[in-house]
Amino acid sequence: MAAPVNSVGKPSAERPPFNSTSFQKKTRSKLISIPGTRPSVQNGQLLVSTGVTSLDYLLGGGLAVGTVLLIEEDRFDSYSRMILKYFLAEGVVCRHELFVASAQDNPDDILQELPAPILDDVAIHKPVEQPRLSCEPQDNLDAMKIAWRYQNLPKVQSALASSSRFGHYYDVSKTMEPEIRQAAKCHRFYLPEHPTQSSTTHSRMIESYSALLKSLQEVIHREGFDLSTPMSMSRNILRVGLHSLGSALWNDDLSCHDDPMHSHALTTFLYGLRALLRSSLSVAVVTVPSHLIQDRALMGNITRLCDNAIALESFKGSERETNPLYKDYHGLLHVRQVPHLNCLASQLPDHKDLAFKLKRKQFSIERLHLPPDLSETVSRVSRGELAGAAAVASACGSGTSGNKHLDF
Amino acid sequence: MFTELNSILNATPDSFTQGEFILVSDRQSDASFLIHHFLSFYLRSFSHYSAISQSLGLIFQEGLKESLSILIPQDTTTGSQAIGCMSMSSDGGGEEGVEEWGPPVLLVDDVSVLLSLGVSAGAMLDFSHYCRATVCSQLQGNIVTLVRCHREEAEDDGSDGGSEWLLKGLVHQCSLTLHVQGLPTGYCRDIHGQVEVCWRRRRGDGQHTQKKLFQYKVHNKGASFFAPGTSSAVL
Repeated sequence: MAAPVNSVGKPSAERPPFNSTSFQKKTRSKLISIPGTRPSVQNGQLLVSTGVTSLDYLLGGGLAVGTVLLIEEDRFDSYSRMILKYFLAEGVVCRHELFVASAQDNPDDILQELPAPILDDVAIHKPVEQPRLSCEPQDNLDAMKIAWRYQNLPKVQSALASSSRFGHYYDVSKTMEPEIRQAAKCHRFYLPEHPTQSSTTHSRMIESYSALLKSLQEVIHREGFDLSTPMSMSRNILRVGLHSLGSALWNDDLSCHDDPMHSHALTTFLYGLRALLRSSLSVAVVTVPSHLIQDRALMGNITRLCDNAIALESFKGSERETNPLYKDYHGLLHVRQVPHLNCLASQLPDHKDLAFKLKRKQFSIERLHLPPDLSETVSRVSRGELAGAAAVASACGSGTSGNKHLDF
Repeated sequence: MFTELNSILNATPDSFTQGEFILVSDRQSDASFLIHHFLSFYLRSFSHYSAISQSLGLIFQEGLKESLSILIPQDTTTGSQAIGCMSMSSDGGGEEGVEEWGPPVLLVDDVSVLLSLGVSAGAMLDFSHYCRATVCSQLQGNIVTLVRCHREEAEDDGSDGGSEWLLKGLVHQCSLTLHVQGLPTGYCRDIHGQVEVCWRRRRGDGQHTQKKLFQYKVHNKGASFFAPGTSSAVL
């Protein structure tokens, strides 16, 4: 297990050279403050928000920089795609750089569908000049009489105000305005645009994954996210969103055959991805259509190669959609794995039965509540049938025997 | 280093049996806390060699970093190269160990990752055999490896046959097994799972295996081990 890199706190060997005075301001932490990040209270890792505040809470405060979040897609890829868009939208709001890779939809289309941030305390930095500030008679009209101390402050707050907050809320009924979106730098990888080279010697990875890994490495190196390059004035985080890896569109037959020919392609890619992330200031969210992968052991290997893993199971199209017990929720969320970086114990959520609901202004994840059974004759559906056969990759026993609950 | 585990295993940093092959395995849980134990255990014992305490020379074969140079260029390697570079490093460590230090310790974190990278189980068994021959018999050192399995499927499919076969093969090669599993009754906040410790000692009259079962709880400072049913949450 590679130790996660937290070398933003590396000692003065990499401090910028202009720090020539002997006076060293005592800061509480040596972490360089990158907008949109905060140190974890548990283990000091640098965390970024996933864009969904309830998911941040489940993952222990946020997504640690240098780690991978695996999202097992729901059947129609609606909610996993939504979480990917939240992740990218959070990157835009925090002024991080984005890297979006997809084989199915053009990354530009994904970027155009990003939800709009709720802007009560986040102001957009409008590039248009503000003539009012320089115009004298207007100033007199706007002159403050009581709070005159604040008069000389800029009237439009720059977007740095947004970076002081960790985790934002989004309105999914509107899409993000193009000005905000274009302010963020996006790198794209669209598989149909990359012709597959016919190479005779195949590594364990197939060409599409190697091309993706190579492209990501180039971006990391070119844009300076590498931790080995000398530290410049400002550092930023690269948010990597990889959509639907393992699907047939990536030329991977993992989801098509029971006994795939490229059974190690995705696992090798994930190993290489983690190697890239550990040595750079980046975070990745990967969605995998796990419902198409028949081999549970392979899914277990894939989960173990990622640091965080959650699975979404939506009720759409299943018989649970009409079940009155589930009427308040859109689906179930299973936490498959939570990392324990730099500490022995992992912080798994206490409750295993979590359900999610996509509301207009919030993606809420909460414990599945059974409504009170007021009638004496109605037989209640047992908990074992409700929660399903979710096997959590922690030290808990077999999930399918949850039906034989110890009932006291 | 977990003191309770030391007393269970009858080992202290001052005196531990040499030439041991310790296998740590888990099924659907995480046994990496045991790797932390062994790492700090052997570091503690190395520090007694005061003459060489300055240059402990731990060879952290950071497979992750090395692998990038292998994985990205297109015209390269199979898993056998990964095995090759691991065996080179262990040889290097072994030789230096003979000259300056005490017996070497080879700690392999997560052999199952190599399986998921495409190395066959047979190659892994060969590799562990050669390691054992070099490190344990020849140099009187110790080996600790971690194997992670998924839950055993009812049908015998070939894809994860690798992990189970590797575990079974390694169990026969090792002298001490620690098998970590979840509780059969389900998830519990206070008891994180159970550990089955199995000694395989070769006596004059053949193999002698001794098994013990413990439950454990991992917290930030370490792990505590107790007999089943005697958890502090229950008593």
